[in-house]
Order: sequence, then C-alpha cells, then structure tokens
Amino acid sequence: MNTQIEAPPETAVLQLPPETVKLTVQNLDFYYGSKQALFDVTVSFAEKAVTALIGPSGCGKSTLLRVLNRMYSLYPGQKAAGQVLLDGEDVLSSRVDVATLRARVGMVFQKPTPFPMSIYENVAYGVRLYERLSRADMDARVEDSLRRAALWEEVKDKLKESGLSLSGGQQQRLCVARGIAVRPEVLLLDEPASALDPISTAKLEETIAELKRDYTIVIVTHNMGQAARLSDHTGFMYLGKLVEFGETEQVFTNPVTARCRDYITGRFG
Amino acid sequence: MTLAAETSAAATPRRRSAKGAGFDRAFEILCFTAATFLLTALGGLVVSLAIGGWPAFEAFGLRFFTTATWDPVRDVYGAAGAVTGTLVTSAIALLIALPLALGIAIFLVELCPPVLRRPIGTAVELLAGIPSIVYGMWGLFVFAPWFAKHVQMPIMMSAEPGSFWEKLTTGVPNGAGILTASIILAIMILPFIAATLRELMLTIPAQVRESAYGLGSTTFEVIRKVSLPYIRTGAIGAVMLGLGRALGETMAVTFIIGNAHGFPTSIFASGSTIASTIANEFAEAPPGLHSASLIALGFVLFVITFAVLALARILIGRQANL
Amino acid sequence: MSTTATPRLSRRLAQGAFLVFCWVATVVALVALAAILWSLLSQGLSGFIDPDSGGLDLDLFTKSTPAPGSEGGLLNAILGSLMMCAVAMVGAVVIGFLAGTWLSEYARDSLYGKVIRFLNDVLLSAPSILVGLFIYEILVFPFKGFSGLAGAAALGLIAAPVITRTTEDVLRLQPKALREASVALGAPVWRTIFAVIWKSARAGMLTGALLAFARISGETAPLLFTALNNQFLSLDLTKPTANLPVVIFNFALSAYDDWRRLAWAGALLIAATVLSVTVIARILAREKTRS
Repeated sequence: MNTQIEAPPETAVLQLPPETVKLTVQNLDFYYGSKQALFDVTVSFAEKAVTALIGPSGCGKSTLLRVLNRMYSLYPGQKAAGQVLLDGEDVLSSRVDVATLRARVGMVFQKPTPFPMSIYENVAYGVRLYERLSRADMDARVEDSLRRAALWEEVKDKLKESGLSLSGGQQQRLCVARGIAVRPEVLLLDEPASALDPISTAKLEETIAELKRDYTIVIVTHNMGQAARLSDHTGFMYLGKLVEFGETEQVFTNPVTARCRDYITGRFG
Repeated sequence: MTLAAETSAAATPRRRSAKGAGFDRAFEILCFTAATFLLTALGGLVVSLAIGGWPAFEAFGLRFFTTATWDPVRDVYGAAGAVTGTLVTSAIALLIALPLALGIAIFLVELCPPVLRRPIGTAVELLAGIPSIVYGMWGLFVFAPWFAKHVQMPIMMSAEPGSFWEKLTTGVPNGAGILTASIILAIMILPFIAATLRELMLTIPAQVRESAYGLGSTTFEVIRKVSLPYIRTGAIGAVMLGLGRALGETMAVTFIIGNAHGFPTSIFASGSTIASTIANEFAEAPPGLHSASLIALGFVLFVITFAVLALARILIGRQANL
Repeated sequence: MSTTATPRLSRRLAQGAFLVFCWVATVVALVALAAILWSLLSQGLSGFIDPDSGGLDLDLFTKSTPAPGSEGGLLNAILGSLMMCAVAMVGAVVIGFLAGTWLSEYARDSLYGKVIRFLNDVLLSAPSILVGLFIYEILVFPFKGFSGLAGAAALGLIAAPVITRTTEDVLRLQPKALREASVALGAPVWRTIFAVIWKSARAGMLTGALLAFARISGETAPLLFTALNNQFLSLDLTKPTANLPVVIFNFALSAYDDWRRLAWAGALLIAATVLSVTVIARILAREKTRS
C-alpha cells in the first residue's frame, strides 16, 4: 500500500509464529450500542508471555480486554464482530459457554474488588464453582494461590477475617490470588496498579513477573515504565485501532509508526 | 466446548461447566415472574374493582357520582357524599400539614443544633411509624374530647347566630367530625411530607445557599427565594404523596369522622369518606347493590389516588434527576 | 453578622417570625408524638396489671378474647396476627427480593422495567383498604369464606412493593465492579447475585423487610373483610382468624370497659412492636452506611 518509502507506515503489526500463540484476535469490531469503539483489530498474544496494551484514555485498550473474556456480553447493547480464537476456538461464538470461558480467561480489575466474605472464602469462591476439593486440597489451593500472589505471609494468620479488612494493595493481590486460584490459562489485568501506592505496585509487578511462567498475561496500563519493565510484547492503540504491535523493546526504543513514536516520546520527553 | 480438552497448560484442570450454570436462565425468568406478578396484582386490583362495582355504575349511572343519598334500606346509593368527605378532609389536612411540615424540614436542615438533629429526626420518623388504628383510638378517646371542650365549644359559643360562621361550625359538640378527622390526618401525613422535603433540601448544593447567604440574606430570604424555588417540583411531588396517603387513610378516619352519610354540612358535622364507608359497611353488606356500590366507591378512590400518586412520582422523579 | 448595614426592621421581623414558626412546627410534632405515646402507656399498661392484686397480669398473653364482662386476654389475636404476618412476609420477601433483583440486575432502563418500577411505586402507596377489597374479590368471595390466608395475602401484597423498592435501591448501590469480578471468575450470573451481590447488600435488604413488617403489623383496613375475626383460639388459617388490629377496632368501639381496656393494651402492644422494629431497621441502615 505504501508507495513512498520515506513515509512511516500507518500501522505496523508483528505477526507472531503460530505455535507460540495462545490467543488471537482477528478483524474485531466492537460497538457500544451504535457507537463503534474498536475498528478491525487483529493481534496475537503469545503463550506464557506478558503482552502490554498501551495508549491514551478511551483508545479502546480496556474494551479489547473486555472482549477477550466476553465481559461485555453482560450488557445488552454491546456487541462484537470478528473472531477471538483461544487455542483455535472462537470464543465469540454463541455456542460457547461464557462462564466456562471466563474461568479459563481470568481478569483482575482496576480497583480492588474483594467479595464481602473472609480472605479464605474470597480465594475459594471461584474454585468451588468448578471443582469439588477436599478440605485439605482446598487449603492447599488457597495457600498456593496466596503465595503466588505474594500475599500469604501477610494474611496466613487471619484467613478468617473479612477480605475488606485488608489494605488496598493487599486487596488487589487478594484479587490476583482469587483469579489464579481457578487455574485460568489467560490472565487479563486491567490497569491493576492504578489505584495502588508505589510499594504495593512494586510488589504487584513482582507477582506478575512470577506468574508469567505459567500464564498468558495481557495487561492494560497507563504506566509506560510498567509496560516496558513487565512485558514481552506491546500493543499501542489509538482511537479504537491497533496502531503498532511488536516486541516491547522495539516498540519502546524504535517505534515504526509516527503515532506510536509521538505517544512514547511525548510521554518520556 | 470440544476444544477445551486441547488446553495445553498442564496445571489447568479440565473444564466443565460451572456448577448450576444451567440455572442462569431459570433464575432470570424467576425474577422476571416476580416483577410481573406485581404488575398483574395492580392490574388485577383495578379490574376486580371495576367488575365488582359495575352493577352499581350500571344501576345508577351518572347519578352515582352526583347524588349523596346512601340508603341501604331503599337500596339507593350515591357516592357524592363520601367523595366530598374524602376530598374535604384531605384538603384541610394538607392545608394544616404543609406549613408545619415545611417548618419541620427547615428546622431540621437549617436551624436544629447538631446534637438534636438525630433525636428529633428519629422522633418525626416514629410519628410516621405509628399504626393508623392507634391514631384512631387516640383521636377518638383523647383528642376529640379535649378538642370538643377547648376548641369546638368556644368557637360554637362565639359564633353569631345566623352568620355564615355559625353555619360552618354547627354540629354536635362531641369532638368527632370533619375537622377532627382532618387534624388527625394532618398529624399522620406530616412526617411523610416533612421527611421528603428534608431529603429534597439536602440535595441543594451548598454553594447555591452559601452564595445567597454571602449576599447578606436572612435564613427566611434564602429559604423563600433560593431553597424553595430550587426544590419546587419535588416539593409538589412530596405534597401529592402526602395527599395520596390522606385520601386512602382508613382506620383513623373511621374512628373519628362520625360516619354520617350525605354531604358534610359544616366542619364540625359528622361525615364519611370513601375509605371509612367501605371499612364500616363492607363486611356486613349483603351481596347485591349495596356491596357493589361499596366496591364502586373503592374504584373511584383508586382512580383518584392513582392520579395523585402518579403525578407525585413523576414530579419527584423529575426532581431527583436534576 | 456581616459588616453591611443591619437588615431593615421588616426583614428582621419576617426572619424572627419565620424562626419562631419553624420551632413551633417542630414542637407541635413532638408534642403530638409525646401525647400519643403517653396515652398509649397510661391507658395500655393497665391491661398488663391485674386489677385485683396490682401485680403483673399475663392474662393478655394466656387467654383468648373474652365475652363481655368476663375475663380474657388477646392470645388468639396475637397468635393470629403473628401467623398471618409470618405467611405474608414469606411471600412478600420472595416476591420482593426477586422482583427488586430483576429491576436492578436485569431490567435496568428497559421500558418494561420502567413500567414495573412506576406501578410498584403506585402499589406501594395505594390505599390498603383497596388491597383488602381486591383480595376479598379474588380469594374470599369465590371460596365463600373469610380466612387467615386471605388476610395474609392482603398483607403480603402490601409488603411486597415495599421490599421490592428497597431491594432495588440497595442493589443499585452495589458497585458494578463487584458483579464483574465474580462473573470474571466464571461464576454464573445467578451465583454472582446470590453469593456476592445479595451478600454485600444483605443489611439493606433486611432493613427493607423489617420496614415492610413494621408496616403490615399495624395494618387493619385490609383485614376487616379478609381475615375477619375469630372469637376463639385457632391455628387454622383457612378459617376466619383473629388478629390484633381488628380486635382493637371492634373492642375500642364497644360499650364495655373491659373490652376497651384490652383494646388499649393491644394498641400499646402493636405500637411498641412497630416502633421497635422501625428503630432496629433504622439502626441497621445506619450501620450499613457507616461501614
């Protein structure tokens, strides 16, 4: 399409080798009622890697995340067209059981959302939906999840206390523990550190780096430093379109598209 | 679903559907049914009153609304007396309650020392919680005798014979009658109106009032020129809500209105309202024109209160959206 | 005060009169409340005291309503009221919780949701005597008999809109993120509502139920021609059933002093129940908003 060699391309999306891909989005359009929020997005997420989605507010990065676990289908009037393939299966198909899909694709939200129950029950809640574990197995699962979320040492003596009694950073790590307790394959993080103080953020980032070994992670973030530190791949979105996608190092040090370069240099400069 | 088995992560348990996943649709239908039940109940209420009252409308036609004769012996019924009684008592009650409620609401929002705010607020709420039958008993046994002795008698004595004032105040000086019923109704609806007005006043942004105070206005001027215009729509709604309550109030009125059929002749005379007539007679009314007429009265009451309540809800809703 | 000129005399007079009026209005309401409570206590407590010995008299709770001139209590009426209220509340809680949930979680701003919300508000304030007439038409007349069940149905129909309204209101206050967090774990929507949303809103929902109970426990008008009355102790809700409000109504307007004494005692009992339940509900609601 590009006739002039000098002009940078409008979009630049790296194709990942198919065997490394866990989740693929193809030609995705998304609508809030009559308002279109995503335009022909095509992108792949590599297995056991962290992919960061960055871009200005309202660019559609959170919307894209909410399509991946079909959170949007809670709301009549929101609809998606295109394909989202999880291990080759189209999750947008009406035959897909959305509850099961969401158990496979976990999500952690911007603000901590502990349930009004004990710390233990918060973690066990999701597990109980799908598995019938013995008391000991459940205890082990809860402990394992809390350890992975780097929260175990802080709460092991007060598992019976309400999840609401924890600090904001602890609550968010509790939500991570709750999310991984159901053993999802993909973990979606929607600006998980935006409501946290720097120390809690650092802890959460350590946790995410640990989790990468077992999970495919997609993280939406406003914090470019965080994206650069944590992710293997980065996607830059603007006005509902995926403008640039590639290796994180390349996107941050040598962005191909003008928009992405403006955004990144604007932020750093 | 078929592809779920191909999941690659070893740690991942094989996915089944969540426990009780199939119940989702059923639960939604259950909730929908419950909501629809309420609609059906209201619809059924209207229809059953219309059907039950039809023989009376058919037998008396328009005269049912224009005549005040209520004579079970001759089996002739007219609703005008009860309808007038209902409207008059409610109107007087509103006339008494509205200024008082406004005063209480302003007191609670603007004047009350913070320490007293909660106790007084709770006391007003308690006034709203007292069952209407208790109001009725209190009205009949305590308030009416006191009222007869200290208010009714002096007024009747002082009325010049032959004057309009005398006409307005004739009656048996036993305390029971239109005015007593209105006063009790006023006490009953007072807390409702006061509570709603208070809520509305609390929605006024602080800057709006503060800027008026900043101009050197007195509390009275701020209330009159700023607060009341600001909450006007909602306040009218609150008043209508109180009116709706007064129109349909049954037991307290039945105790103290004196239960006389026909047009009320003076504010001290006995009278009846739609609700008191039904409460007094329905259980003993034989099937036929008498009970049909009572149900027809009920239908009329429904139409009146529905109109008032609907207006109230629309006005309050509009204010809440501001 | 401000540094500007002092308000003109007329302004100050208006202000003064206005302040006095607000105080007077509040005092009037408080005096009315005090007078009613005083009458209830002074007249009602005599029903709890044995006229002969001067000690505590439990006849009120152990004997049924008497024939004129003989000794008796309110046992049958208290029991009847409790049974009818219990049955009414079970029905109303089920309908109210579910309907409130539908309005808040499923209907949102759909047209049908708006219609139901509006009609529920109308039903909420509809004259209770009309509910009694309605139940008479559909349950008493067709089955040729007054019954406690018909009374319970009437009370339930009065309580259900109250519970629906409060349930919807508190559920709407629950954060959207809480719903999404549960759903994101793969929980079906109904489990989310049961285990997370309702649990989070339980204090508010309970408050609504208590307020509804307070409302129906004093209701008289809808029982006059549904439950009617029963002079004897009966646990059979398919028969006419004694209940406090109607007994109070009949006894209060009777010519016998014994009966009037019982009516006052009953009124005190009902008022105490209603007011204490109301206060508990308010405290519960306050606790909730504080946490």
